Amino acid sequence: MLGRLSLSAIPFDVPILVGTFAGVVIIGLAVLGLITYLGKWGYLWKEWFTSVDHKRLAVMYIVLALVALFRGFADAIMMRTQLALAYAGNPGYLPPHHYDQIFSAHGTIMIFFLAMAFMTGLFNFVVPLQIGARDVAFPFLNNLSFWMTAIAFILVNVSLFIGEFSQCGWLAYPPLSESQFSPGVGVDYYIWAIQLSGVGTLLTGVNFFVTIVKMRAPGMTWMKMPVFTWTAFCASILIMVSFPVLTVAVALLGLDRYFGMHFFTNDGGGNQMMYLNLIWAWGHPEVYILVIPAFGVFSEVVPAFSKKPLFGYGTMVYATCAIMVLSFLVWVHHFFTMGAGPDVNAFFGIATMVISIPTGVKLFNWMFTMYKGRIEYHACMYWVIGFMVTFTIGGMTGVMMAIPGADFVLHNSLFLIAHFHNVIIGGVYFGYIAGMNFWFPKVMGFKMNESWGIRAFWFWFVGFYFAFVPLYVVGFEGMTRRLNHYDNPAWYPWLLVAEVGAVLILLGIVCQLTQLYVTIRDRNLPQNRDVTGDPWNGRSLEWSTSSPPPIYNFAIVPHVHELDAFMHDKENGIDTRCAGGPYEAIHMPKNTAAGLLVGGFSLVFGFAAVWYIWWLAAIGLIGVIGTVIARSANKDIDYYIPADEVARIENEHSRKLMAQAAE
Amino acid sequence: MAHDTTVQTAGHDEHHHESPVVFGFWVYLMTDCIIFGSLFATFAVLRNQFNGGPSGHQLFEISGLAIETALLLISSITYGFGMIAAHKNEISKVIMWLGVTFLLGLGFVGLEVNEFANMIHEGAGPDRSAFLSAFFTLVATHGLHVTCGLIWIVTLIVQLMGTTAIPERMMNKLTCLSLFWHFLDIVWICVFTYVYLASMV
Repeated sequence: MLGRLSLSAIPFDVPILVGTFAGVVIIGLAVLGLITYLGKWGYLWKEWFTSVDHKRLAVMYIVLALVALFRGFADAIMMRTQLALAYAGNPGYLPPHHYDQIFSAHGTIMIFFLAMAFMTGLFNFVVPLQIGARDVAFPFLNNLSFWMTAIAFILVNVSLFIGEFSQCGWLAYPPLSESQFSPGVGVDYYIWAIQLSGVGTLLTGVNFFVTIVKMRAPGMTWMKMPVFTWTAFCASILIMVSFPVLTVAVALLGLDRYFGMHFFTNDGGGNQMMYLNLIWAWGHPEVYILVIPAFGVFSEVVPAFSKKPLFGYGTMVYATCAIMVLSFLVWVHHFFTMGAGPDVNAFFGIATMVISIPTGVKLFNWMFTMYKGRIEYHACMYWVIGFMVTFTIGGMTGVMMAIPGADFVLHNSLFLIAHFHNVIIGGVYFGYIAGMNFWFPKVMGFKMNESWGIRAFWFWFVGFYFAFVPLYVVGFEGMTRRLNHYDNPAWYPWLLVAEVGAVLILLGIVCQLTQLYVTIRDRNLPQNRDVTGDPWNGRSLEWSTSSPPPIYNFAIVPHVHELDAFMHDKENGIDTRCAGGPYEAIHMPKNTAAGLLVGGFSLVFGFAAVWYIWWLAAIGLIGVIGTVIARSANKDIDYYIPADEVARIENEHSRKLMAQAAE
Repeated sequence: MAHDTTVQTAGHDEHHHESPVVFGFWVYLMTDCIIFGSLFATFAVLRNQFNGGPSGHQLFEISGLAIETALLLISSITYGFGMIAAHKNEISKVIMWLGVTFLLGLGFVGLEVNEFANMIHEGAGPDRSAFLSAFFTLVATHGLHVTCGLIWIVTLIVQLMGTTAIPERMMNKLTCLSLFWHFLDIVWICVFTYVYLASMV
């Protein structure tokens, strides 16, 4: 009846988990109770959960990403603490099977649910506004993508309290992840979480690709497109090309586990290296999916706070596209030790080093943008400059490991861990946080608190170096990744320093939370309100709307004359908004619960499949198909905002603008 | 304005109101193509890993395959007739041709299931060897796509019944299904040549 599921699956014997569970239940009940007390369920349902508005979905994505950050960081600091303790006679406080779940969950959550969700949130918010569109190409699919990502994250967290998570690392290499060596449900949780969130990500890629190809404002030719949109475009292509490969790799692993097939098993003719090739044919493009949009953020932030146009727009676009193509030619550098031979390794080593050329072009472009600019040291710029320093170091250690001979020494050592945290924290995370500080007033209508933002930056920045430079050192000294105990006295002091770094990063996160709290508390102070919708004297179209933008974004679709369309209009006295009209009725998609339902049924399906509860899995699957068919038959999917209503909203904004100008 | 729901002839709409559905589905199909590409690559790697079990040469029978192939290829033609009828707004003919396509597709899936059942019965199931794992996964993924297509056809037949005009949204659905169905044909031709014929020579 319940498949493999029984009461013994609930880890009552692990006090950390019981404590966490109690905490989650108490906080969860408190949140639910608060929502009920305030009577906000209807509001949440109507305005958020069923919303197909890209701006609302963006906020939900970023909230999801921040929740994932807390979970992923909790895992991180537990690992660092274990390694600060587990020297010589001290076994530490985490037994191996628990420690292994933590590092697997940490990687999975940070990549799939922090970074990917944050990136999708930024895409959602910025891209339609930057290209002068009223929404994305497929608003319903956009809502569905969000729910698939959200329920996959829920599934990962369910594994904390019911059963276990994978102990095989964030990529679940076989044969360890085969049922012969991992008979429990951990890898199955991993498989279904990846597959379900993969549906969401793939649809996001298709959605934004089509949006950017088909829905740009008139006059916005390819080379007049803002750089962030370019990066979103390249990342969407990478998603579409690489995520299907991930789906196949993980599906084949699942077939091995569920049906006893022999793709990657030791016996029966299976081939483990095929899994590595498939997973890295996705995995390497994946890190570029994450970092290219961060490059896009920097390309928007640096000009805004240097009061200059971006230096070398064309080279920036070509560099982005070059990185996109090259990212598919380097996957073997993740396993030079496979022994493919010197010619193959040399090719992939050189291809890897070549990527540093377009990346260098970008760095110089940002620096030349700042050169002789009137730089305003806004909180965003701290993250940008911190990125420039940190990412350059991370890139150089990457080039070191691109040398196959050196990689044989450094492979799977903590040097590697230090390297990819160096580029992912220093590149991706700093970039996304810069983007959040930059676009926050556009989203919410008030600016983020700067002093707490700067404090958060310094803790993150210094904390990063304390946490990861020691890992470079112990990596050189031969410490491999995923150890949960060691006897080497030379490593011990370094791992203590790394623990200090983790605590500093914790303080950085606390500062970020404080920043959010202070921002919301002081939202009505006049200096924090964004009345004009253009707080940074911005260059692209999103700054021409009110903050937050009306549901339809643009009452009249703007005409683009030049690159940096809004700046061009401001300099030439053109009113981008065409205030005063005449306005027409605007066609909009209706909200729908179908995405939430498909997500809910998928969660049921995923959970049931993990535990072999086949009747429940069938219900989930039928629910998904039934919802999709019902949605397809639903004819009531759109509505019109009357011209009068559009005029009322627009005139209200014009009135505010004039009042502001009069002051 | 292009907001009305009457039939629209392609290419005459105002540029900015053109529905992105068909283009989007095209793009989606290309991602599906990569799924198949990865499965073909997997098959290529594992095609000689028999693990002491039967090879394709011993297992595959050309006669059943020829019928399967014929059914699927003919179903593409009948779907094409359905699309011609749809463009002429002849709904009863559209339903009829969709019905014929459905039956042909069902015949294909039925024969494939039968072939699989025979192989498993003979002890040549997907857990026998890496070659058979790769074979079953690739061919069944195609078969699963065809099955999804069948569900889709039924859905559209039901939605078309009792209507008198084909609005733009329905035309888009028919066009997307058309793309999907022809795409599966192309994949099948690759399966047929690379998996079956190449294993038999």
